[in-house]
Parts: sequence; C-alpha cells; structure tokens
Amino acid sequence: MEYEIIVVGGGHAGCEASLAAARKGHKTLLITGNIKNIADMPCNPSIGGPAKGIVVREIDALGGEMGKNADKGALQLKMLNTKKGPAVQALRAQEDKIVYPQEMLKTLTKQPNLEIKEAMVEKLLVSNGKIEGVELSDSTKIQSQAVILTTGTYLKAVILTGANKTPGGPHGEKESKYLSENLKELGFKILRLKTGTPPRIDRSSIDYSKTSVEPGDSVARTFSFDNRTYYDVKNQVPCNLIYTTEKTHEIIRQHLKESSMYGGYVEGVGPRYCPSIEDKIVRFSDKERHQLFLEPESIYYDDIYLQGFSTSMPHNVQEEMVHSLPGLENAKILKYAYAIEYDAIDSKQLKQSLETKLVEGLYTAGQINGTSGYEEAAGQGLIAGINAALKLEGKEPLILKRNESYIGVLIDDLVTKGVKDPYRLLTSRAEYRLLLRHDNADLRLRKYGYQVGLVDEERYAKFQKKVYEMVEFRKKLEETRITPKKEINLYLESINTKALKDGISLYELLKRPEITLEHINHFIEIPQDQEVGEEVEINIKYEGYIKKAEKEAERMLSLEEKRIPQNIDYTKVPNLASEARQKLSEINPTTIGQASRISGVNPADISILMVYLKRSNNE
Amino acid sequence: MNDTIVAISTTMGVGAISIVRLSGSEAVSIVNKCFKGKDLSKVQSHTINYGHMYDGDELIDEVLVSIMLKPKSYTTEDVVEINCHGGIITTNKILETILNNGARLAEPGEFTKRAFLNGRIDLVKSEAIMDLIQSKSEEARKIALSQLDGKTSALITKFRNNLKQLLSSIEVNIDYPEYYDIEVMTIEKINEQVEKMKDELSYLIKESENTATIKNGIKTVILGKPNVGKSSILNMLLEQDKAIVTNIAGTTRDIVEGEIYLDGVLLNIIDTAGIRATDDLVEKIGVEKSLSMINEADLIVVVLNNNEILSQEDYEILEKTKNKTRIIVINKNDLNRKLTLPTGLTNIVETNTNSVEGIKSLKEKIKEMFNLEKISTKDYTYLTNSRQISLAKKAYQNLLDAKEAIKENQPVDIIEIDLKECFDNLGEIIGATYSDEIIDNLFENFCVGK
Repeated sequence: MEYEIIVVGGGHAGCEASLAAARKGHKTLLITGNIKNIADMPCNPSIGGPAKGIVVREIDALGGEMGKNADKGALQLKMLNTKKGPAVQALRAQEDKIVYPQEMLKTLTKQPNLEIKEAMVEKLLVSNGKIEGVELSDSTKIQSQAVILTTGTYLKAVILTGANKTPGGPHGEKESKYLSENLKELGFKILRLKTGTPPRIDRSSIDYSKTSVEPGDSVARTFSFDNRTYYDVKNQVPCNLIYTTEKTHEIIRQHLKESSMYGGYVEGVGPRYCPSIEDKIVRFSDKERHQLFLEPESIYYDDIYLQGFSTSMPHNVQEEMVHSLPGLENAKILKYAYAIEYDAIDSKQLKQSLETKLVEGLYTAGQINGTSGYEEAAGQGLIAGINAALKLEGKEPLILKRNESYIGVLIDDLVTKGVKDPYRLLTSRAEYRLLLRHDNADLRLRKYGYQVGLVDEERYAKFQKKVYEMVEFRKKLEETRITPKKEINLYLESINTKALKDGISLYELLKRPEITLEHINHFIEIPQDQEVGEEVEINIKYEGYIKKAEKEAERMLSLEEKRIPQNIDYTKVPNLASEARQKLSEINPTTIGQASRISGVNPADISILMVYLKRSNNE
Repeated sequence: MNDTIVAISTTMGVGAISIVRLSGSEAVSIVNKCFKGKDLSKVQSHTINYGHMYDGDELIDEVLVSIMLKPKSYTTEDVVEINCHGGIITTNKILETILNNGARLAEPGEFTKRAFLNGRIDLVKSEAIMDLIQSKSEEARKIALSQLDGKTSALITKFRNNLKQLLSSIEVNIDYPEYYDIEVMTIEKINEQVEKMKDELSYLIKESENTATIKNGIKTVILGKPNVGKSSILNMLLEQDKAIVTNIAGTTRDIVEGEIYLDGVLLNIIDTAGIRATDDLVEKIGVEKSLSMINEADLIVVVLNNNEILSQEDYEILEKTKNKTRIIVINKNDLNRKLTLPTGLTNIVETNTNSVEGIKSLKEKIKEMFNLEKISTKDYTYLTNSRQISLAKKAYQNLLDAKEAIKENQPVDIIEIDLKECFDNLGEIIGATYSDEIIDNLFENFCVGK
C-alpha cells in the first residue's frame, strides 16, 4: 500500500488536514482508531467564541471545512461582544454532537483521493531524517511521502477520576501506547499535559424552573462565507444558566484530597483557562458562587453538558456535588466528569509550516502540539494539510503572518514561544487585533485559499464581486456631497447629529460615531449585500485606528522579510548574550522578526545578529 | 523601511558646541517641523543652514543644521545634524523636541550599525561594531538603572499595574463575554481610571521637567533699571560662596554671569543691562537683550529702589515679568521709604548692601520657591532624562487619546488600543517588555473556563 500523504487521527485537525491534502489532488489516507468517532466533540458542544469564532471564519476563507460543517450542525447561534467594538465580535454556535460528526464523515467519504482506515499507528517509518510512512499496531507498514500527526489526547492517554487511573482516550477508546516513545526516540521532547471535562446530565432529570434561559440571536447567522443557514432561527435550542451553592463548595472542600488533582495523582500540566471546579474553589475562595451552563449536546439524545463543572473527583463525590446544584437535586448523571492526561511534543521543535524540524515530511497539528480547542486544532490541521501537499508539489509553504490571521498568531506563538500549559487562543494574543476581524476574514485570506487551490472559481468570483462592490460603494460615499440645506439639516437633527455648516461628503458623515448605514440610506442606496455595506462602514469609521495598526504591522513585516539561514551556528556569532545564544539555537528562528519575539533575546542581540548576517552575506 | 533615529552625538556637558544627529527617511521633515529659517525640505544636500530651533512657540537655541541626503551620508540614509550651543539643558531640550516630533531614540551603536548594514562601512569594522553595541548596551543598561531610582520605578510600576488591572478586566470581558459575575468594565469606569492616571502622570512629568531644569541649573535673571543695585546684589550672592564661584564677565553683551550652588543645586545668575527707553543704539541692543532674557529665565529677580517712587520703566519691568516665577527685591531698605508698590505683588524681600540679612532672605526665598530642600534630601520622585520624559509624555498622550475616544463614544475595543500603547510606553521606561503579562494577570485574577 502506498499513499502520498497519511493523516493519523480523525479529530478536527485530522479532518481538515486530510480534506486539504485530498482536495489538492494528493492520494491521502486518514487513519483513525474508530470511524464512528471522526470529528467527534469529546468536550463542549459548541464551536466558536472570541478569537476561536474568527479562526473558523479564517478556515472557511482558506477553503477549509469547519465553518460549513458547523453551519450544518448548529442548534443555536449567537454573535458575542456586539457592543464592544468591531475587532472582538465573534460568532459562537451550540452544535449538535450527532449532526456535526455525521456531516463531516459524509464530506470525508465523498471526497475523491481520500481513503479512511480504522487502525492504531504505533510507529513512524523514518530513514535518513525523512518520513517514509507509518507502522500499525499489527505491524503492517504503509508507505507515504508525508505524514501528518493529529493524535489529539490519545498519546499515552490516561483517564483520571479520583485515585482511579485508567489507560485510554475519551469514550473508552484505546490509547496509542508506543507512538510517543517512538517520537522520543526520534529526538522529540515530550510534554505531559492534562485537561478535563464536566459530567453529562440526563435532560429529563433536570428541574428547568430553577434555571434561567440563554437564547440565541434573533437574526440568522453563519460561519461560512457561503451564507447557507440550516437551522430554524425561530426555533433555536436554548442553553440554561445556574450557579453553584455554598453546599457545593463545602462538599468540594471536604473531598478535595480525593480528587486526582489535589490527591497528587496527576503529572500533566493543566490549562490555566480551564480550571476544574475544585481549582476554582481553591484559587478563588472568596467567590460565593460560580456560574454553570446547561448545554444540550444533541436533539437526538438526552445528555446535557454541565459547562463550568469540570472535575476529577471520584464518582460518588460527583453525585453529591451535582445534587447540590439548584434544579439538579434529583439529576441523573449519564457520564461522569474526568481528567485526562496525554503526551504532546514541544512545539518549538516545529517550523512555521508545522513540519517538524527533526523529520522531513512529518507534520503535526492540534493537541499533540500543546493546544486546546476544536478550532485551534482545525486551523493547524488545515495549514499542515496544505503545507504537506505544497511540499510534495515542490512549492513554498503557506505561512500566515501575525497581522493577517489568528491562525498565524497561533502557529507563530507555538513555534516561537512554545507552551507550558495547553494553549488557547485569546483575542489579546493578537497585537493587530483590529485587523483580524470576523467580517474581513475573506479579505485577508481568500486569495491564499484560491492560490493553493482550495477555493473554487465560483466562490472566488463571488468574493471578487464583493471586493468590487466595496470599492464602488466607498467611491460613491466619497463623491456624494450633502450641503447645509434646510431639509438636510432638519433630517440630521432628527437623528441626533450635528447640523451642517458647510457641505460634506457622505464618507465624512459616516465617520461620525452616531451615524449608521441606515442613515446613509436616506441619501443614497446602500448595497444589497449586507457584508459589503458593513465592511465599508467599519473601514471608514475606524480608519484612523486601522491605518495605525497597519503601519505598526508594516514595521513588523520589514523584520519578517529579513531571513536567517537555517544552517546558522549561533556559537559562532560573537558578542551574543548567552541566554540569547541558547534560545536562538533552540528555536532556530527563520526571520529576524521571529527572533525578536523570543523571550530573552533583547534588541542588542538582534542588532548583533543583523550585523553578523550582513557580514556572512558579504563574505 | 527604517524608522528615523536620533541621538546626541557629542559628549554631554563639555564643549562649546553639541551635535544632535538624526538618520532615516523622516529626518529632514522632523527637523523642519521645529526649525525656523530656510525650508529644509528644499535646501540642497550637503549644505549648512542657519536658523533657530523651536519647541512649539518657545525658542530653544540658535543653530546650524547640516543636511546630508542619501546616499552620500554616514548611514547612507538621510542624515541631519543640528549644531547647537553646548550644555546639557539646550542639547537635551533639542533632543526632546525631536523625540516629540516622531523620531525614536537610537539604540546604542545604531548609527554605525545602519552604516554597516547599508554597506557603507567595510567588513573589517563589523567585529568592532558588535563589540561597540555590546558594550554600549551594557553601559546604557547600567546608566538606565542608575538613573531611575527605586521610588520612580515603583511609581511607574504602580501606574502600569493599575493599567494592567484595567486592561485585563477589559480583556476578560472580551474573551469571556458570558461570565455574568465578573464586573463589566463600563466606559464610565474606564474613564474614571484614565482621568486619575492622567492627572498623576501629568504631575510626574511636570515635576520631572522642573527637576531636570533645577538639576541642570536655575537660570536666574536679575532685572532692574540702572543704579538700583543689581550688580551689588549679584556680587553679594557670589561672594558668599567664594569657594565655588566662577565669574565670567560678558562685557561685550553687557551681561554679567555667575554661578552659585544653593543646597547643591546650580544657580546660573545673569545680571542684565538696565532697562530704560533710549535712543542710543548700543544701549538699545543691550536693553532688547535683557528683555529677551526674561523669556528664557526660570527665575526673575526684579530689583527696585526703596528710596524712589516707581518709574515708568519699573512698571514696564513688572508688567513684562508678571507671568514668570519672580522675586521682587526692594533694595536700599536702609534709606527712606519713598516706594509704594501696586497691590497684589507676592514674593517680596528687602535688602541693602550694608548687611547680609537681606541676601540671606533672598536665598531662603529661592530655596522655598524651587523646593530645594526637598531635592537635596532626595525625597523626590522624578524621571531624569529626555528618553524617560519623552516616553512618559507619549504615555500621557495615549491617555489623552483614550479620553478623546471615550468622548467620541468609541467602543471599548478601540479605547483599549490607546491604553495598551500607554502600558507599553510605561513599560519601556522601566525596561519591562514581557509580552504575556496581561494574559497571565487575567488568568490569575479571574475565574473563567469550562
């Protein structure tokens, strides 16, 4: 058997990676432990949210699948942060955990060039530092030119509840026993990470009268730029909100030592942003209550995900804890909460393309790189899939920059800074946040999707039409002038904005914070395509701030253009501070820009490095 | 795309002339903004141009500006050199003005580094440049540390911590929008904090500028019509501190200068020509010079004669100095009182040349007005160099911008841009550059997650 590209793992990273590789025309094999668990959502039943929702838009703009698939599985959609500014708005969907994986599997099985196989990969075939394929647990060897590892939490996975440690992944699936040992032998540094998930409750055992309702938005929304809605806006499935009680806290404090975490049974480092409920109660002891969301997992079964109640307590304590919650006094737990430990590699051993530095043709994406989250995984999977294919085609990898995408921020952070605890994207990780908006993901990335061949002609033509209409509309706003005529000023006063003294263009009028497109519609026709109007409006309203961000980004880019040869020997660069020398050798940055973001490398070191490079060039 | 850098190229504090040098694509336009004389954007390359440097409307110095356009310059970029009169105050002031107009302070060895990277200096020198950068940056670090005393850095750290708290509160609202128990950072609350910080920072900047002036010398001008006893007051001031007096006679300009140390602080004293209406050409020049001195002075001592009624010239002097930091000395108080002062005058001392009492009270008055005792005991918080002050001013401007954005009803995401920049600028003063500080703080202080 022989393939061009093998993807190991069928989670969100693996799905994107295998689709991208196959769509680019390469014979691809997706190997998964269990076909039923493809595109599974083992934790929360939602996709999107701040920063993450924008990643989904970026995936869609690049020609990936997550956005389209999330639109198919949505039970409820909500735009978050609508009042906090243009850059931080983000879409979040409650997803049906039956529909989402089902739809993804359909897409995968229909995909030409893609085969799916159920098996466990336990070894990589490597020769002379180059990948040659994988070996399965039954010793079958499968040859390939590239391998993408998207193993999620399955490397040496152990499930923990209290003192109970059971080897295995989520849903009682088999863990991969030997692959991480094999990676270690190949020279990879292995980290032990931990995450967790809350209990699932039987819907019919909850007294909903003691909860408050959290509905979706009243207007239809989509992740994908295809703009197809599959859900009934008027009949969205709501979530519900409750709070922990003093009794809950007491139970937890009493049994603290029985939890895996506080009992000392955990080796892995857990995420700071996903503390278990016992963590919350210990670290924030002054807080009287913690909020919990009751999130439906599907309309086809009864599990309710108890968001905010992740724990590693033994089962009997979990029963007690759950029953102390309002409305859950008689609740039936369908699945107990657990913590899970797994192996990950040190992401500093990756290139910006997500190819490993140690083994040519080997790529990794998702939780194996130390990230957490479906969206973070999918974004990496897509880039790894694209780059593995580009390499086979003899082309330069696609490397997204920090000023053009959250995916770029994510990957750059991974390879430049590495992780200590599972990495989650946050809007504050992006220094050019104002440029990385929900609305303009296509303007930022469509061209790349088209260039690599994942965006088809039809979609690209639609995008170009949008750009054309934006330019035209903006021109119209700049050229249309209004004068201080009586009826105009009367109208302006009626909408609570200052009357005119001199003539101004509609462009200038729209700059006023209180003026919206609706008001502009009083003077000229606004574009039918809502996205066009919105885009032009944001660009005009925040023009000064956007220009400033662009200028800063330009400075960063000029450093990004200064490349560092990958065979540089930092011990030969005189005068470098020793910490800088050590960090630079470890990370081996590809550009001066990347070097300057490494902690411990100061501006003087960068200066010295630039002088050294110039000198080597001249020689 | 290199930004424009600036530095003082001559050794500080010595020499009759100092040079402030800029390099980069905006070098000419930045200097042009604070230069009165020829339009520098229109002059030929490799010319020297006479004119004056201004900080807004305030004259700083009479200067010669050399323009060396690319590629024929030291760095092969546009280079501008400003030749000004030596001395710490003037040179620093010019540097500060240039920084405020958009240049960045050069890193150690950066001019030479650019010269090398642009191919202007040969290979052999590159090793030396790396040595230079290394040693200079070490030196700069030491200087930066020694110049920022613990109290000031504690104050800046406090500002930053306040901002960090504010920023992570805003961030947590953005990244975790549905945590209803977390306080929402409303625009009103942000405004309140920005307002408070703005006042404190403005106070720090003012004190620092004041202190910088004081540390570098208080320019004191003694004014009065002829024969009221200006020179004798000057002489008495100087005589009391014989050990540390340097006396320079400025006969050509009819201005006598001297320096004394008061509680360790340098006082530059200038006695000017008498002021009176005159037709005599030579004297007229002297009088005009005296009047222009008023504008440049940190302190004016107006001398009046106790034995005479106020003349037209006295009134004129009082009028011209009314907005300055001023002490009125009524000399010859051992003679009959004929003088009547207009109401509302403050800071008055009486002296005569036959006793030392009057001079003592004049000195006490100066100490009181400039808080000199406080300074000499070092119980004082301030930024000591142009770099720090310029960064603090940028941070202050960021707060003003944030206020402006709040006034325009901008959303919190936009307001935060200015606050983040402020945070970064404050960080640069104390050399704190860790990039994940706000995220760390967020997770430490807020309980969020699944």
